[in-house]
Amino acid sequence: MQCPKCHAMMHTYNRNGVQIEQCSGCRGIFLDYGELEALTRLESQYTAGQYGQAPPPAAPPAPYPAPHAGPAWGAPHHGHHGHHRKGFGRMLFSS
Amino acid sequence: MNQEHAARRLGKGAVPAPAAPLPAALAAYATGEPEPAYRLLAEREDGTVVRCGQVVAKAHAADSDPEELAVRMRIAADRALAGVLLPPLRPAAGLLRGRPVSLWPYGDPVDAERPEDAPWEAAAELLAALHRVPLAALPGPLPAMRGPAKLARALRRLARAGGPDRGPRPAAGSPAVPPAPGGGGVSGLGPQVVWDAARTLPAWARGEVPAPGGGVLCHGDLHLGQLVRGSAAGGGWRLIDVDDLGVGAPAWDLARPAAWYAAGVLGGGAWGRFLGAYRTAGGPAAGPAGCDPWPALDVAARALTVQTAALALAKAAENRRRLDDVERLMVESCARIATLPPHLEGPRPA
Repeated sequence: MQCPKCHAMMHTYNRNGVQIEQCSGCRGIFLDYGELEALTRLESQYTAGQYGQAPPPAAPPAPYPAPHAGPAWGAPHHGHHGHHRKGFGRMLFSS
Repeated sequence: MNQEHAARRLGKGAVPAPAAPLPAALAAYATGEPEPAYRLLAEREDGTVVRCGQVVAKAHAADSDPEELAVRMRIAADRALAGVLLPPLRPAAGLLRGRPVSLWPYGDPVDAERPEDAPWEAAAELLAALHRVPLAALPGPLPAMRGPAKLARALRRLARAGGPDRGPRPAAGSPAVPPAPGGGGVSGLGPQVVWDAARTLPAWARGEVPAPGGGVLCHGDLHLGQLVRGSAAGGGWRLIDVDDLGVGAPAWDLARPAAWYAAGVLGGGAWGRFLGAYRTAGGPAAGPAGCDPWPALDVAARALTVQTAALALAKAAENRRRLDDVERLMVESCARIATLPPHLEGPRPA
């Protein structure tokens, strides 16, 4: 696999059971679908081990948004909570 | 000028007692009866609307431009817009207590209790049809779409409502507002982030200078309360409320749903249906299907975010209440917009 940034070869490494690709040129890292969530899960388990907190339940990986899914200033998880918010109906009907 | 005399001269015989409240006077004007039963549909500074049976009467804002309103009503009555805009019962507005009054057939609105059933596709198709109407065939002179003027009015209302921040800060040296951490609360979620977000907009979008030339016929104030259907409308959905109708940037009509979606108020499913139906119907505002719509929608979506947040803060201050969840999302959107660089105006013509 070629690095999309500098076009050098990318090599596969295993980090705590998660496969990641790293570029031999610019050292950039490529993550497959779900791998970021797997790393986040590992991190929270590690933090829980360090500080004795209960780890939060691991969320299933959300589909990554399409590149044009929203503006740069859009909410981080837009649309996930829509209809249940107080005031939703009123806002949709007011000038 | 004697308004009651004017009302009579314009064709309705009933003259309510001068002391009658405006809605009752409006109902009498609509029916020609002295004290008809009526239902108050809206009473705001920019319009009072009553329903009497199958007739709806609207008293427009006292500062409406009568000539522009006359053209807007002629456009609503024009055959080119049949099936898109609800036509008025009479082609011209009357006058009641110094305010222009128009009469319309009653149509059933979208059920405000069930926003999940909202006709997003129909709204999008109506907008696409409106935006595709050839301007040359329409009655004129065509007024400008009033969207930017409404943003200016919302900012004036925010300034009046006051609070700790009292208006636009000078452009130089404004500190950036921190972005929302993980979509949670933002410190300083008040008027200042709205003013800072407003400053990222070009002056025309704030209604401070005329909009760039060109454009298409736009509704100017689209939301779900602007759709009705019924026997008078031939069973299909129609757009109502022509007060802001005119020539302008069609992105403005998509900008409220876009702003709701970007803020996390509207789900991606509803937004996708709306945008997809608009593009399928040939609407020009957001580019062809498959391409990124946001370069075309960005300015207008930011403008409607600012307008919505300004009105939310103003209403909350006027009623001494907190923002509700959805209003807070719109102000949070302003806090993120405020981190963008202020709009730099291009060179002005000499």
